[in-house]
Amino acid sequence: MTMIANEGAQEMRPRSELSARELFREVGAVLRMSEAEASALGDLPEDPEDDQTMVINMGPQHPSTHGVLRLMLELQGETVLRCKPIIGYLHTGMEKTAEQLTFMQGGTNVTRMDYLSPLNNELVFSLATEKLLGIDGDIPERAVWMRMLLSELNRMSSHLLFMATNGMDLGAVSMMIYGWREREEVLRFFQKVTGLRMNHNFIRPGGLAADLPAGWRDDVLRLLDMLPDRLEEYDVLMTGQPIWRERLQGVGVITPTEALALGATGPILRSTGVEWDLRRDMPYLHYDEVEFDVVVGTYGDAFDRYAIRLNEIRESMRIVRQILDRMPSGDYRIQDKKVTPPPRARIDESMEALIHHFKIFTEGFRVPEGEVYVGIESPRGEIGCYIASDGSPTPYRMHMRAPSFVNIQCLPHMMRGGLVADAVAVISSVDPVLGEVDR
Amino acid sequence: MGVVGDVLSDGLGGLSHNVITGRIEDLVKWARSRSSWPASFGLACCAIEMMATGAAHYDISRFGMEVFRASPRQADIMIVAGRVSQKMAPVLRQVYDQMMEPKWVISMGVCASSGGMFNNYAIVQGVDQIVPVDVYAPGCPPTPETLIHAIETLHGLIESGEIMRRREVTGAGADVHVEEIPATSVPVLLGSS
Amino acid sequence: MSAEVTTDGTEMSEDEVTLLHGCPLVDSRGQQVLFVSRDRYLEVLRLLTDEGFAMCVDLTAVDYSRFMTRELPDGVTAERFEVVVNLLDISARRRLRIRVQVPENDPSVPSLFDLHPGTEAMEREVFDMFGIAFSDHPDPSRILMPEDWIGHPLRKDYETGSIPVQFKGAPS
Ligand code: SF4
Repeated sequence: MTMIANEGAQEMRPRSELSARELFREVGAVLRMSEAEASALGDLPEDPEDDQTMVINMGPQHPSTHGVLRLMLELQGETVLRCKPIIGYLHTGMEKTAEQLTFMQGGTNVTRMDYLSPLNNELVFSLATEKLLGIDGDIPERAVWMRMLLSELNRMSSHLLFMATNGMDLGAVSMMIYGWREREEVLRFFQKVTGLRMNHNFIRPGGLAADLPAGWRDDVLRLLDMLPDRLEEYDVLMTGQPIWRERLQGVGVITPTEALALGATGPILRSTGVEWDLRRDMPYLHYDEVEFDVVVGTYGDAFDRYAIRLNEIRESMRIVRQILDRMPSGDYRIQDKKVTPPPRARIDESMEALIHHFKIFTEGFRVPEGEVYVGIESPRGEIGCYIASDGSPTPYRMHMRAPSFVNIQCLPHMMRGGLVADAVAVISSVDPVLGEVDR
Repeated sequence: MGVVGDVLSDGLGGLSHNVITGRIEDLVKWARSRSSWPASFGLACCAIEMMATGAAHYDISRFGMEVFRASPRQADIMIVAGRVSQKMAPVLRQVYDQMMEPKWVISMGVCASSGGMFNNYAIVQGVDQIVPVDVYAPGCPPTPETLIHAIETLHGLIESGEIMRRREVTGAGADVHVEEIPATSVPVLLGSS
Repeated sequence: MSAEVTTDGTEMSEDEVTLLHGCPLVDSRGQQVLFVSRDRYLEVLRLLTDEGFAMCVDLTAVDYSRFMTRELPDGVTAERFEVVVNLLDISARRRLRIRVQVPENDPSVPSLFDLHPGTEAMEREVFDMFGIAFSDHPDPSRILMPEDWIGHPLRKDYETGSIPVQFKGAPS
């Protein structure tokens, strides 16, 4: 594959083409090695024949279930010396497309970034837009709680999918089937609520697209009843298994200092023992009113990341239960003529309502000048939305701070010194979504 | 085809004749359509739905397709699931070229079929610019039901089509080039050593 | 419902424009924005890092060529590009946004790599999308587009429309 997908300077260059200083820049500063260690790495054997390293290419189309990530690994025997992720194979130009779509349509676009947690993407986009509009304090209570409900259920479905792919990558194929089975149940609920299984475009600036359907509470309760047993099953199947532990413990270790320096967030940062969860530390929606624990690890290895995600499903279920208790009645979107289309019933009666409806959907609404950054906790870490507006109905610039994009830069770090056979385990434990990495 | 008796209880003894006749072409087409292994070519959101189709609820193995091959050499069908970027296009083409004949392509989702909502600099506006597509599955993402329908359609195409279609003529599908070996009149004698 | 925790009051005073390390600090919708000149960029960021803003969450840029009339504090001249850096202070739970004006005729900014190694990929992305060079960057190459791509897609003068497929010598 290297022959055609030749990306020139983006690729990892062989050691012999680098001076020791360049190598120190590349390996030393990023990896925070000691200078002596780094310069030892740069020492080339006198005779190029003695250079026993080999550069191999993984991807972009490769067996592990994470899309089109491409890695170049430098190996010495079975040990990984260097690793460089090469991305962009799924670059969709979404940030450019966002400049063409109105704020009303923007959700359609952003929801396709992190396609495993679409509702969180929409949420952060809506929160940023609302902040620009200055209506972020006026969203009806029910809408806020509904957003939380959907966001938490989405976290569960995303982590369930991680369970499946992580199992698959490590050879626990039955886990693949189980994880998807459970995720499917959550998707059924989403389908009932939003009409779609994925890419919902349901959370919109000003509220949500529709109210919860009749019987939603029973559906959620059924989910909550079903999941604990199934999670126990995962524990039996994986957590306690010596093979599983052997395969994950001590693999892909990262220290808190490194994780912070690299800007990693989410389960990766938490696996190193840093308690940082935006839901708790910089609460948005009503996360300050619900009770939940932030799950942290100790060793920063792949097993910690697995365990954190598994337990985050349990924490999410806890939050969902509290949301069920507290879900108020009321409106599911803000009744602000500027951003909300008129109710369907009024369109049939009044000409003004029809025109208003038409205008909102064709022209969109104007958003005051300014720029905001809003960050929330997605299943993969901090997802942030930066919008600059010039006062027109379309964003002047929309940028997403994608957690996977940053987390994936930890790969070289986690892999250095590990075995090539563990590479897949490490990639899997980072749980990147390439749609979000490349946008 | 031969007359089959109670195969379940009698086994092959239940065949009233121990010879089944039929056209080899039918047999080949039937066999091909019933075990067409897909190459796992997941790109974006659609790939998730493709994997969901392979999982318990939708169980793609009912169609003999559960074996997603990582190596294109072992695959018969390429399901292009997701948006194809300009950077990915050459890779996609290479994977297609590496697949063995006969091979088919399903373009899954509007992104693969037409670029979908991403009409911009980054996305190839339709994967049929790169590889010949047999079946287009609409939707964003197509639900597993839609994908299964596309697969069924493709099976129908495989079963009704000629086993050796030539792309120069039809412009699509399997590109098989066989040298014709003229029939010889030398009889094959069975049982003679 | 604000997702932000504002900087604690110490740096804020009553006047309109407060200064932090000699740079105008503006409150924009409850978020702290610091306008740093390009010459002092590295220096100020180093000071901020020592002050606790140890994590660089995001680095991006905006091409303001169609919106030069945007509101800026006194003493800051609008330039075509702006590099936007989002910093996070984990222990004090506060954020700070840095905006740096970058002129069109010399689009280059010092790299933050030595301070925040995590910006390596983000700076490459900004280079790829906007053509802003980061001096002293260890690996100044494109990251999202193919290496031989021409142009920087997120610039405002770059057309959005679809373009014919480009092959790089693939066998047909
Ligand atoms: S068609 Fe829709 S679901 Fe499929 S890749 Fe494109 S955006 Fe994603």
